[in-house]
Amino acid sequence: MKSLNRVAIALLAALLSFGASTSASADKTKVGFIYIGPPGDHGWTYAHDQARLEIEKELGDQVETTFVEGVPEGPDAERAIAKLAQTGHKLIFTTSFGYMEPTLKVAKRFPDVKFEHATGYKRADNVSTYSARFYEGRYVQGVIAGKVSKSGVIGYIASFPIPEVVRGINAFMLGAHTQNPNIKVKVVWVYSWYDPGKEADAAKVLMDQGADIITQHTDSTAALQAAADRGIHAFGQASDMIQFAPKTQLTAIIDAWGPYYVARTKALLDGSWKSQDTWDGMGEGMVVMAPFTNMDGDVAALAQKTYDDLRTGKLHAFSGPINDQSGKQVVAAGAVADDGMLAGMNFYIEGIDGELPK
Amino acid sequence: MLDLIIPSVMTMMTAATPLIFAATGELVCEKSGVLNLGVEGMMLIGAVFGFIGATVTGDPYMGLIVGAFSGIMASLIFAILTLLLVSNQVATGLALTIFGTGLSALVGANYVGETIDRIRPLYVPNSADGPSVAQLFFGHDPMVYLGLLVLLACAGFLSRSRWGMILRAVGDSDQSAHAIGYPVIQIRFAAVAFGGLMAGIGGAYLSLAYTPLWAENMSAGRGWIALALVVFASWRPIRVLFGAILFGGITIVQLNAQAIGLGIPGAIMSMLPYVATILVLVLISSNAMRVRLNAPACLGQPFRPER
Amino acid sequence: MLRLEPRATHSVLAAWLSPLVALVMTVITGTVIFIAMGKDPAATLYIYFLQPLVSASGLSEVAVKAGPLVLIATGLSFGFRAGVWNIGAEGQYILGAIVGGGLAVFFHDSTNALLLPSILVFGIVGGMIWAAIPALLRTRFNANEILVSLMLVYIAELLLVYLVHGPWRNPQGWGFPGTRTFPDAAVLPIFFAQHRLHWGLILALTAPLLAWFLVAKTRFGYRVRLFGSAPLAARHAGVGSTRMIWMTLLISGGLAGLAGVIEASGTIGQLMPNISPGYGFTAIIVAFLGRLHPLGILLAGIVIAVTYIGGENAQIVAGLPKAVTGLFQGVILFYLLAFDLVTRYRLVFSRASRPEHA
Repeated sequence: MKSLNRVAIALLAALLSFGASTSASADKTKVGFIYIGPPGDHGWTYAHDQARLEIEKELGDQVETTFVEGVPEGPDAERAIAKLAQTGHKLIFTTSFGYMEPTLKVAKRFPDVKFEHATGYKRADNVSTYSARFYEGRYVQGVIAGKVSKSGVIGYIASFPIPEVVRGINAFMLGAHTQNPNIKVKVVWVYSWYDPGKEADAAKVLMDQGADIITQHTDSTAALQAAADRGIHAFGQASDMIQFAPKTQLTAIIDAWGPYYVARTKALLDGSWKSQDTWDGMGEGMVVMAPFTNMDGDVAALAQKTYDDLRTGKLHAFSGPINDQSGKQVVAAGAVADDGMLAGMNFYIEGIDGELPK
Repeated sequence: MLDLIIPSVMTMMTAATPLIFAATGELVCEKSGVLNLGVEGMMLIGAVFGFIGATVTGDPYMGLIVGAFSGIMASLIFAILTLLLVSNQVATGLALTIFGTGLSALVGANYVGETIDRIRPLYVPNSADGPSVAQLFFGHDPMVYLGLLVLLACAGFLSRSRWGMILRAVGDSDQSAHAIGYPVIQIRFAAVAFGGLMAGIGGAYLSLAYTPLWAENMSAGRGWIALALVVFASWRPIRVLFGAILFGGITIVQLNAQAIGLGIPGAIMSMLPYVATILVLVLISSNAMRVRLNAPACLGQPFRPER
Repeated sequence: MLRLEPRATHSVLAAWLSPLVALVMTVITGTVIFIAMGKDPAATLYIYFLQPLVSASGLSEVAVKAGPLVLIATGLSFGFRAGVWNIGAEGQYILGAIVGGGLAVFFHDSTNALLLPSILVFGIVGGMIWAAIPALLRTRFNANEILVSLMLVYIAELLLVYLVHGPWRNPQGWGFPGTRTFPDAAVLPIFFAQHRLHWGLILALTAPLLAWFLVAKTRFGYRVRLFGSAPLAARHAGVGSTRMIWMTLLISGGLAGLAGVIEASGTIGQLMPNISPGYGFTAIIVAFLGRLHPLGILLAGIVIAVTYIGGENAQIVAGLPKAVTGLFQGVILFYLLAFDLVTRYRLVFSRASRPEHA
């Protein structure tokens, strides 16, 4: 039986061998991307893919890009990354936190290839990390929500209790409190980045419980759409989702990775690429707000001002005094939270009811 | 409190509806003696083709028809393999689920990120008025009512109509039914196709009304829960209704508890629907007498006519 | 007219031929699909089925992927032969990783040489415990093991998420999910420096040999086969169904758990929210494709692993969507089941319009 198999395989090989060629235009530099979801999610991965297209637009004569989508964060990730490295890609973007260890492992095996790991915290000579100060966008959203909400209850659909998400909730509430010191937030943890059914359920439940603004730290448009069905305002996530909720989206945080991606590719091309950690925000144009829609003129003006102030550095989202839930002061008056506190943030600020899942 | 209960019940009904469709269809299929484990795959096929139909034609109801039809087609693969080619029903059902998952992901890849005009409720109350009893009865989308209708119709069909009795006979004792002269294979074909129709509609409901978009694996295990529901209901249609509301409800209740701030870790709470399914299975199955009374005796057995 | 007539004994030739035929039919179907998608069928088929086999790194990756599949499928084959349908191997895999990995995390500073064998044993135990639940519920309460074991998969996944986000989270991990990395004493050593092949995979690939011996040469194996093909006769021969259900579930659970801890220890090196790309489910296909025979499973595991690796390559090199892989697997199974017919029936050309009665 085994020999029969071998003969069959040999025959097949003979028949098909002439068809094999992984032809690469030898001149262009190859840049690879590992995505955790589909580019069509219109959320996190979509934003990365848009940035990839920007690379092609600007540097298309020197660079060609490849992407692998839907790579789960487990053992498969290492293989996919390694495959990109083996097939001549010189710069590889791994766009999810869970790719951290696989990226480092592959980076060790391929010291000539440069890696960019999104939202991670470990680096190497050929591994950089980068992330965006999304929380600044959350602050702006909070300001809008605080002013617009009539019921005084925000519905927050959260994914996992990691610092990035907690930071977002805190920043949102800090912004909201500037407009309405008594505003409350209800948080539902769906334990997934992308689960439209659950996100829609969570949105409905939050609205049933009185929330009249819905915001999310998950990737699909389902929650926004569920809110739109009931005429409830909501915020888009990672990209402008206005076409899914034309009458109810207030704004969205847009992950504008393009300029960073283009800059790093250029650094690769001209040889100046070095391992670094980048955490850019509105000031550098990495976090962009979608147009302020479906709100009164004065709200839009306030939102714009907040946005501008954050961009110019006049305002910092986490400026003191800030107390945590137990009342302990964590940021003094006049000071701002440092990156260390922000990066590892695992506590709620004062004014948020409910416990952070441990 | 009332203004939390009414919306919660409405949300529970929408969560229960896909389960009602899929479980009712599978119930009829199993009553004829065929165990089709491919419900999850058929739901996904119904969801993706329904969504594509709605995107292409611009009409969600057209999408619904396309989704229903695709469910029937998927079930026919199963029917041909198990009824004509006498293949193992468990393995074939599993294969259908795997195939359906893969096919739907492939076909739907270009439609991720699209949106459609969803199936809307018939009566939309003035939002300023708040939830009302009228909304509770009339404010659902049409599929919720259709699901209840189909359920009742099946209950009536199985218990009171002549063909319903014949179908049950085929499921309980295929050899005797064959000896009397009933076309066992044809009846089972029809039952399987009906199961596919219902699973297709249940899946299409997900992508056309529940969350009007397509995402891989969007049925998220509902097909399997539907299978469990049939056992839970001891193969009696009306009980499917209770089971579906219970399971649809548990998911919603779990989220509600989180939002209220009960403090139990979300991951643990998310386990509730599955733990509940197991508990219920144990309770129902442990009464072996009842199971034997209600389960079709020939369930899962291939029909080999004795000459 | 043509008629199907049951054979007195299963045709062994057909039993071995049908997977091959199914494979060929799948290749043909694949060709049609590729042409419909506008891709060069010969080149694409090569990428899918052959390219993974022609390089050392490719073979190593195939082995990495095939290992868990073969291990789990071997365990499953016992149950399937006996008519005990363990669909929850995925959950048992996860529990094996949790229990075995938990030990490694607990002793994260240890250099004791006994740590590695201990975590392997713990992993087996973990998988067995999870499989014991459907065994108990089936034997005592007559609850269908398909549904129970399946529900336990979801529960196991959520349990892992809870643990790596909560109590077992790496205290030095900045709040991100995931346990500490396992100490070197708990990691399966690697074969070759450049590739990922580790000793655990050798274990995994020899399991079928042991299983074959067990099934073909021991009394237990005989009983399993008897129980599956003629339950009543088996009962008369003293083979209790309770004992059979327990034994087969424990074996499949133990092997799945072993696969889980091997993967966590050898390939990943820590516990994180995602440790399986669906091995437990794919192993079901492998079991069937291998005709529930240990050596067949070995081959089938390699074939399926090749389609996975090939599928990833196809994404990178040919731009094919990853969903095609899942489709292929379903199609292989369909064809297999269809041609299975030939082992049990034969086509008879008979002139009589009605068969004579015996």
